[in-house]
Amino acid sequence: MFFTYLRRELRRRRKAALVVASGLALGIALVIVVSSVSSGMSQAQDKVLQSLYGLGTDMTVTKAAPPPGEEGQGKRRFEFDAKGDDEQSSDRVLVQGFQTLASSTVAQVGDQEGVADAVGGLSLTVLKVNGEFKPGEFTAPPGGGKTGSGGGGGGGRVEGGGAAFDVNTYSVYGTDVTAPALGPLTSSRITSGRTFNSSEADAAVAVVDSAYAKEKGLGTGKTVTISGTKFTIIGVATADSGDAAANLYIPLKKAQTLADAKDKVTTVYVKAADSQQIDSVKAAIQKNIPDTTVTTSADLADTVSGSLSTASDLATTVGKWLSIAVLIAAFLVAGLLTSSAVSRRVREFGTLKALGWKSGRVTRQVVGEALVNGLLGGALGIALGLGGAYLVTAISPTLTAQLGGGAGGGARGGMVAIGGGGGGPVRQGAGKALDIALTAPVSLATLAVAVGLAVAGGLIAGGFGGWRAARLRPADALRRVE
Amino acid sequence: MYQLSGVTKRYQRGKKTVDALAGVDLTIEDGGRLVIQGPTGGGKSTLLQMLGGLDRPTSGTVEFDGVDLASLPEARLTKVRAENIGFVFQSFNLIPTLTAQENVETALVPLGLKGAARRERAAEALDSVGLGERLGHVPGELSGGQQQRVAIARALVKRPKVLLADEPTGNLDESMRDEIMELLEGLWKEHGLTFIMVTHDSSIARRAPRLATIRKGRVTVTENAAA
Ligand SMILES: Nc1ncnc2c1ncn2[C@@H]1O[C@H](COP(=O)(O)OP(=O)(O)O)[C@@H](O)[C@H]1O
Ligand SMILES: [Mg+2]
Repeated sequence: MFFTYLRRELRRRRKAALVVASGLALGIALVIVVSSVSSGMSQAQDKVLQSLYGLGTDMTVTKAAPPPGEEGQGKRRFEFDAKGDDEQSSDRVLVQGFQTLASSTVAQVGDQEGVADAVGGLSLTVLKVNGEFKPGEFTAPPGGGKTGSGGGGGGGRVEGGGAAFDVNTYSVYGTDVTAPALGPLTSSRITSGRTFNSSEADAAVAVVDSAYAKEKGLGTGKTVTISGTKFTIIGVATADSGDAAANLYIPLKKAQTLADAKDKVTTVYVKAADSQQIDSVKAAIQKNIPDTTVTTSADLADTVSGSLSTASDLATTVGKWLSIAVLIAAFLVAGLLTSSAVSRRVREFGTLKALGWKSGRVTRQVVGEALVNGLLGGALGIALGLGGAYLVTAISPTLTAQLGGGAGGGARGGMVAIGGGGGGPVRQGAGKALDIALTAPVSLATLAVAVGLAVAGGLIAGGFGGWRAARLRPADALRRVE
Repeated sequence: MYQLSGVTKRYQRGKKTVDALAGVDLTIEDGGRLVIQGPTGGGKSTLLQMLGGLDRPTSGTVEFDGVDLASLPEARLTKVRAENIGFVFQSFNLIPTLTAQENVETALVPLGLKGAARRERAAEALDSVGLGERLGHVPGELSGGQQQRVAIARALVKRPKVLLADEPTGNLDESMRDEIMELLEGLWKEHGLTFIMVTHDSSIARRAPRLATIRKGRVTVTENAAA
């Protein structure tokens, strides 16, 4: 009788069922859309962070920023021999951020508890100066006198000397060829040629970023000269999103030689054994290895601004509260509607009690109906929510992420800003904007939550109605209902 | 069968209290037939509720087969209703979404009858009230007289000891009244049950062997030896 009665009620009172169901559906759909958009946001943020770090990196270790005023390295000078009218060029290889750690730090970091893997890398900036120099011409004073005679009277003059410079900078990253799983190169895909193999620890080979390759006309098989050393290009790498970490990648040892930084690295890329333990790993490294700065993805995420982070904030605050509010309202409305439906059926339920139905049986019937309404709402809501999430993905609005915006980057130890306090990953151009298309992936967990909410909504509605039904007396069978 | 003594039912209506029943003493014999009449608001329905175990008196005892319904726990009272008492209401009180057969089946649910056996008994009961052809109709598809027949089948399908009817023809056309009355009388004779009926129909009241008139909560019983 339970199912017959249930089926008959739902079929004949379709409209009332639909009202309860659509309220719940709205709330559930909103939860699905908001949570899928939020997870789309966090995927987008992960993408941004990945483009900075490479895949799988949980944190980086760099040298702590020196106290202000105490510059890391001395002055640099370009030296040119004036050789007449020749065009000359000189490469200056600088360590990015001027701060390095000893290579032994990599092993030290790797030994910390909770560290799964640690790989060192050296970020370099190469300043390439092309210049034309004209030596000055000595003009003897009119009226004789001898060259170089010194003396007081009317010396000659040097005239017309000068130089014209072109200054180019590009970035080079020295990568540990024995550890390809970690580091900036992991955020790029090899689109032509190959990547380094582990025997090329000190080989004069390079991988070039595709954008840079296009700009400079480079490609697999060609060569590129860095500070007098000729490198053969073995592959072209394309960044998965945004800009590449460096223009050129070369073996770490070669980079150390070029920069005169033997056994030095700028950054240690760290993968934690457990992604839930990142904070404790960070604390351990900072405690046990003095003079280092540890930057986690979370620290880095704080430096991301722009519409992505605004939207992400909105999704987590406004979106969350809105869906909670709508859900509560939907639950209440479902409860009240169910309860008022019971009020309209007082005589019906009173009659059943007069016929000898136990109160529990009547209540069960009411709760059963409400539960089906809830599930109906859940199904509707999931359909609606999937539709909404699909729509967001189809439209895929573009969000921009401002990396390490303004003062933040440098002051915090400069994961992002070049020349900031701590060196850090190789991304050039601080404060660069990245465009990311927003998607709204719906996870199984979200769907499970939606089903749970539907059941909860049904039970809440059933609770209201059942409570009302349980209190009806058999004498209500005789109640006059207008 | 029934032994009522000092039954009072007091209703609170705002500040006013109404004694729907004011000290009713009444005995009803096994297999007897009692017709109750009286003005509207006199307390007829309230008395029927006491007899049917739908409600408890404010004071007094309602003995049914030696058991005081007034002090019976709710679960036992529900069982008494399920097994022994059949109700027919003025406004039929059928479940609008269930078919005639399913409506009759609802009376068998608390007896634990299931499936085919339950359907069969419901069909038999409907057949005995002349609705064997209307098993699958919902109340909305039946006339008032037919609906009341379904209600009568529902009341009798459990083979109760007592049939209580509260103005069973009150909502029916003249033409249908006699039909229903005849049906009820026939069933009473056939089943040998105790039959208590509230009615405004004075011709029925005149023919009744025993007539209870209830005014302002007080009952006077007249025996009609002629009937
Ligand atoms: N549930 C109730 N609450 C308050 N007063 C009631 C209730 N039921 C009946 N009454 C009052 O009790 C009196 C008797 O009612 P009732 O037994 O229905 O009379 P009858 O059936 O003879 O017309 C009336 O005054 C009625 O208003
Ligand atoms: Mg009445």
